[in-house]
Amino acid sequence: MESNSFLQVINISKSFRGLNAVSNVSLKLNSGDILGLIGPNGAGKTTLFNLITGFLRPDSGTIEFLGRNLVGFEPHQNCKVGITRTFQIVKPFSHLSTLENIAVGCYNRTNDVREVEEKAWEILRFVGLEKKALYPASSLTTPDRKRLELARALGTAPKLLLLDEVMAGLNPTEESQIIDLVHKIRESGIAIFIIEHHMRVIMGLSDRIIVLHHGVCIADGEPRTVCEDRNVIEAYLGKGAYFAKN
Amino acid sequence: MHEQQQRQGYLSRGLSRRKWLIVGLIFIGLHFLPWTLAPQYVHILIMIFLFTIMGQGWNILGGYAGQFSFGHALFFGLGAYTSTLMFIHWGLSPWIGMFFSCFIGIMMGLFIGYLSFRYGLTGPFFALIMLAFAEIFHMISISWKAVGAALGLLIPLKGTSFVFMQFIDKKPFYFITLWMMVGSLYLIWRIEKTRMGLYFLAVREDSDAAGALGVNAFRYKMIAMMISAGLTSIGGTIYAQYLLYIDPDITFGVLNSVEIMIRPIIGGPGTVLGPLLGSLVLTPLAEFTRLVFQSYSGVYLMIYGMILVAVIIFLPDGLIGFAKGIINKAQRKVP
Repeated sequence: MESNSFLQVINISKSFRGLNAVSNVSLKLNSGDILGLIGPNGAGKTTLFNLITGFLRPDSGTIEFLGRNLVGFEPHQNCKVGITRTFQIVKPFSHLSTLENIAVGCYNRTNDVREVEEKAWEILRFVGLEKKALYPASSLTTPDRKRLELARALGTAPKLLLLDEVMAGLNPTEESQIIDLVHKIRESGIAIFIIEHHMRVIMGLSDRIIVLHHGVCIADGEPRTVCEDRNVIEAYLGKGAYFAKN
Repeated sequence: MHEQQQRQGYLSRGLSRRKWLIVGLIFIGLHFLPWTLAPQYVHILIMIFLFTIMGQGWNILGGYAGQFSFGHALFFGLGAYTSTLMFIHWGLSPWIGMFFSCFIGIMMGLFIGYLSFRYGLTGPFFALIMLAFAEIFHMISISWKAVGAALGLLIPLKGTSFVFMQFIDKKPFYFITLWMMVGSLYLIWRIEKTRMGLYFLAVREDSDAAGALGVNAFRYKMIAMMISAGLTSIGGTIYAQYLLYIDPDITFGVLNSVEIMIRPIIGGPGTVLGPLLGSLVLTPLAEFTRLVFQSYSGVYLMIYGMILVAVIIFLPDGLIGFAKGIINKAQRKVP
């Protein structure tokens, strides 16, 4: 059952006790693309991620992935379908070794221990953590934890990967290493939906960018168009900023 | 070359031949022990084995899957009462009764598990739910005449009889509990190496992250609950047959819940040998202090309390973590 859309979100809304965290957001993501998601703090970016990955149930709207409606799916079901995510605040399995952390992800596709271990080592090398494989995840540094988040998610063999601020708290060197990783992941054919505050990073990475403000999608387009958009500038810098610039 | 070797079998690593040999020798050696010891020491060993079985039951749910139960006496009591009532009323062999005990324990476990896990109750809330259910059955067993009420049930003596799991001598119980304990250790050890075992740990560490990685946390909590309830119920049946007497307090009582859970916690929750180690330390201690302070029967509980505090402060990974630390240091191994 081949559908022409890879991920298509239509008019999705979620409110928390009257606060509209996400309202009527629609978006489309093509297979193999990188879609950026930006917006000021509290714009609803992470909520949108939670809706797509099944951690929250939308009040209305539909999420279609490869022709399937995902509304009502639990996170683990989404993972089986091919959608997984990383968390803004990293959530390593602290008492497990780095290898075991990744193995949890790898078990998503197979039950065979050997296959899982082989895959886990492959991913460890891919993200550059093989020297830390046998150390408990609690002993990893912040940048390594971010890598581990990525690595675990890759272990599940996703078709779409949602990255929630994987570069927050990193220095420029570490950032560029993660950017390289993201590029490599994309080259392997995985579509990426990424939240990032760092403009330089997201402008360079994304094919398209969506801007959320107060839960509303205020811009959608190529990076260059988006960052010259009047609404976007006003959302970030306040009314009048657009005129000041021009 | 070396690197290639290093990359093999970390997830499924079994024991080396030498270790198997040592384990095998210990196991065989244990078979000769009851002939060399006085009956009261055999009794202590039986209690060690029995509480290891039940500790292992608690361990799979509380230690591996991270669902801290404060009411495992519930399963213990259900196991003890089920087989005993079936024996008294229908003359059913406790060996068969044990399966019914196991079944009823599992059903109750699934019921409570469904109630709590479906609505995301974890941590202290789950612990309290377990405590509440254990207390409900405690109250029922105290006030319901048909199950002996507060007086409890005396299991009719049949003399030494294998079919009715009654033996005047302690040795047969020694072997029954020894084999069952080894069986439970083997079961948990096997589970630890599989996907299920790793998923349990993932759920314990962070159930949201586990969910994002394709782990159905609810399902794995339920499975852990089943295994846990089953093992503990079996322990209850054997305990009843061994003592030939059960009453509401020694089965469903809060103290019994503490007895079951404190061994794995002190030994090292979430490890195969933790419950055994905890039981090796605590069971003799409890028995001896009971002997020494006969008229002050609560003294052993005070000692439990002190040990628990000391272990939580100084050995957060339990005795097993402590032992591993020493071994690693001795071998100068990287953790």
